[in-house]
Amino acid sequence: MSKAVSVTRAVEMVPDGASLLIGGFMGVGSPHRVIAELVRQGRKDLTVIANDSARPGFGIGQLIDARLVRKLVTSHIGTNPETQRQMIAGETEVDLVPQGTLAERIRAGGFGLGGVLTPTGVGTVVAEGKRTIEVDGKVFLLEEPLKADFALLFCRRADYLGNLDYFLTARNFNPLMATAGGTVIAEPNEIVPTGVIPPDEVVTPHVLVDHFIEKGASHGR
Amino acid sequence: MDDKSLIARRVALELKDGMLANLGIGLPTMVAGYLPAGVTVSFQSENGIIGMCPVPADGLVNADLTDAGGSPIGALPGASAFDSAFSFGLIRGGHLDVTVLGGLEVDEAGHLANWMVPGKMVPGMGGAMDLVTGARRVIVAMTHTAKGAAKIVPCCTLPLTALRRVDLVVTELAVIEPTAEGLVLREVAPGVSIAQVIAATSARLIVPEHVPEMVL
Repeated sequence: MSKAVSVTRAVEMVPDGASLLIGGFMGVGSPHRVIAELVRQGRKDLTVIANDSARPGFGIGQLIDARLVRKLVTSHIGTNPETQRQMIAGETEVDLVPQGTLAERIRAGGFGLGGVLTPTGVGTVVAEGKRTIEVDGKVFLLEEPLKADFALLFCRRADYLGNLDYFLTARNFNPLMATAGGTVIAEPNEIVPTGVIPPDEVVTPHVLVDHFIEKGASHGR
Repeated sequence: MDDKSLIARRVALELKDGMLANLGIGLPTMVAGYLPAGVTVSFQSENGIIGMCPVPADGLVNADLTDAGGSPIGALPGASAFDSAFSFGLIRGGHLDVTVLGGLEVDEAGHLANWMVPGKMVPGMGGAMDLVTGARRVIVAMTHTAKGAAKIVPCCTLPLTALRRVDLVVTELAVIEPTAEGLVLREVAPGVSIAQVIAATSARLIVPEHVPEMVL
């Protein structure tokens, strides 16, 4: 059975209150069609785990604008004054996580690890309430794994089986999130016959991908 | 030369041939434009690339090739792209020779605060905590004061970015090196007196017998 689904159908699978890993870095490598459809269908009370909230009106910023996010786990909201406003006003819960730690926590979640030990954040507010562990005289923070109900990805290509590859800086968190979502939905820029992406160039193997967003012919547009 | 160009020009002299460097958004990004002739540096952007360069000409923008600020970039021959875990593995793992970051405060212990002003401005730390913790050398490039208030202070009042002592602070007035003994005034900007630097600094400065003028 094909994994290709319409963007409407994909978003219908996401219930209110779901937790979502969303790929992208300042909107680059974010699944923009899926995000727009989440807004159109008005999915609410979402927990979003993502590097940043892009900017108002763009990428994950659209979910913030529409007040669909209850909790945001992210490293950077400096480019989105609306996210900062909602955080300071207590309207949206924002958990700020150092970017490298966010990546490793997602990787830990997806790869079955009980957490990671990182030197980042030791002695700062990030360390509050966390265990520190000394290894060979160096102090590390124990950072716990992150997973979510869904991973919403953007990729360069999906083949018919759902093998994915990525393009330049649009890769960012996408391959990590592919391992840590209960249901993984990819929005490809292009769909190609199986085999077009050679084995060595498959970044996300198809077994991790549950669905990808279908595309119609765009010739002559 | 305006203040920011002066700072960028001075910081650029710290970059040596063959280094891997990461420049923060804003003023630090300007440093790449002032590399001395004959110095080739690889620039990393933490969103997942080594070998970034300016977009070579109008009309060559690719929406999937940007810097960490989301601005379009180009990629040099020999560039490589990777995911965020790999990117921060390079940063934390001691593979990054130098990072240049902006700052809100630096204190006498060499601690940097650069990611939030509680209740007012909460940009978040992004990659800054990993960069300051993991880069082999950390250079802070910032204006010496903010609206007249000192940014080089006895003890940071804002949340710290890391416990690591930064290696160098470059402002439009001075070059200051945080050491185990405290902040050492290494250079003054052209036409700036030591007294002017001290007046604009609320931290205690260690002033050596000879403080040269920046050579730009």
